[in-house]
Amino acid sequence: MDEILEILEENARISVEDIGRMLKRKPQEIEKKIKHYEKTGVILKYKTLINKELIKDDNFSVKALIEVNITPQKDVGFDKIAERIYSFPEVVSCYLVSGTYDLLLIVEGKDLHQVANFVAEKLAPLDKVKGTATHFLLKKYKEDGVILKHKEDNKRVAISY
Amino acid sequence: MVISKKVQDMQPSGIRMFFDMVLGMREVISLGVGEPDFVTPWVIREAGIYALEEGFTSYTSNKGLYKLRLSISRYLKNRFSLDYDPDEEILITVGVSEGLDLALRALLNPNDKVIIPSPSYVSYGPLTELAGGVPIYIDTRKTNFKLTPEILEKNILKGTKAIIFNYPNNPTGVSYQKQELGELKKVILKHKIICISDEIYGDLTYDFEHTPFCVLPQAKPYTIYLNGFSKAYAMTGWRIGFACGPKEIISAMTKIHQYTIMCVSTSSQFAACEALFSAKKNVENMFKEYKRRREFLTRRLKEIGFDFVKPQGAFYIFASIKNTGFYSLDFAKRLLEEKKVAVVPGVAFGKNYDDYVRISYATNFENLKVALERMEEFVKRRCCLKM
Repeated sequence: MDEILEILEENARISVEDIGRMLKRKPQEIEKKIKHYEKTGVILKYKTLINKELIKDDNFSVKALIEVNITPQKDVGFDKIAERIYSFPEVVSCYLVSGTYDLLLIVEGKDLHQVANFVAEKLAPLDKVKGTATHFLLKKYKEDGVILKHKEDNKRVAISY
Repeated sequence: MVISKKVQDMQPSGIRMFFDMVLGMREVISLGVGEPDFVTPWVIREAGIYALEEGFTSYTSNKGLYKLRLSISRYLKNRFSLDYDPDEEILITVGVSEGLDLALRALLNPNDKVIIPSPSYVSYGPLTELAGGVPIYIDTRKTNFKLTPEILEKNILKGTKAIIFNYPNNPTGVSYQKQELGELKKVILKHKIICISDEIYGDLTYDFEHTPFCVLPQAKPYTIYLNGFSKAYAMTGWRIGFACGPKEIISAMTKIHQYTIMCVSTSSQFAACEALFSAKKNVENMFKEYKRRREFLTRRLKEIGFDFVKPQGAFYIFASIKNTGFYSLDFAKRLLEEKKVAVVPGVAFGKNYDDYVRISYATNFENLKVALERMEEFVKRRCCLKM
């Protein structure tokens, strides 16, 4: 992977000047490269990873993993029905997986009821959906490679040879 | 006085007080640290924990776990086509520090001379003296901190037994290409002195492939190759390294090691096995990160107006502060007090280096960036650097 992408994946807010200094290249050149990645869809979006466990406000939300069994359709396989499902705004992620079920969804809602309603009223009644199993998330330890824990103090001595 | 004459004569470290100042202050951004800012990769830590769980809590053989010596032997074979026999030519040591101490004690007779290209890591001189030798410091300022065959030749006097050669160098980060090493080797072989080669930063060489000294043709019988896991694998606190060399030297070093150390911590040895086995990707990632920081730091220091030799390895820059008008300890103290940024005064590495400070980039990018902004403010306010 291009080193520019490696750097941005770790820190999307870093300036093109700093990336240029790190990689011994001109900032304009970096800028051009990033624009190219944005245009071709390699870079889709710049997001902030928020530890929501630490925010105590009303917008408390719950997440659930939902296993979905599906009857594939002629010609289009799972794609068509997957599209119907992932188009619901409640669906945060949607994967086709191998194993005992077909689609794995991550669904987010305001509370338990909202997620349960989504499953009961939107997902389960779909024609091609044969069955679902819902797992509510209780605690997040690690997400997208980041351990969701308070940064610990540096354990190194502050000065040494 | 109860303390031995020898220890009384050891130079007390003049900058101990400065170190205490740094340790006593809160919220300091330290560019004064001589070890990685990364925690040991989890695979390695897990192997250490597993060894404890499994009850590997007794001594190992004096030379170290056979499995580890074998892994090191194979690693050196694959990486550098080096042949070291795990039975007789490899010794597991408590970091390179112990390896160096053993090498000096095994080699030196009273008043044997040992060449130390300077600036150098702080322990070389005192360890030489403790082993009964006489350090011969060679200043390398005039040659961009590089030892040249001519200067080396000039400094090999009667009674010279060894040279302690460290590349990439702490504190300068300077290293040598194969051809340059070849020229130095000719001088070393001509005078039949031993090269104690401290290559702990070897895996952190950024501009070219690192060449171990013992790889050079005919050099192996004259080389003690010292390396370890501290820097590349971020394992400083595990205290584990190794020494490779001719059978008779390793056997002599083992004699001392068996009485003083017995063996290296067993869990550390298991962890080190795992490091060689499965931490390649982690090492690569850390390497890349250091390399980026090096570019960033050299660029920024240049923008501020500092003069330095661009380092080729390790994670240090030895920058000149000559134009600031401060001596190194003064510079470091003021920078600490006014801007809460710590660097190591050059004088720690020898009295000739009072015009320098060692800046370490073993700190995360955000801190590095802020520290440099503060240094820039400091330099602009306190003094003017002339370009």
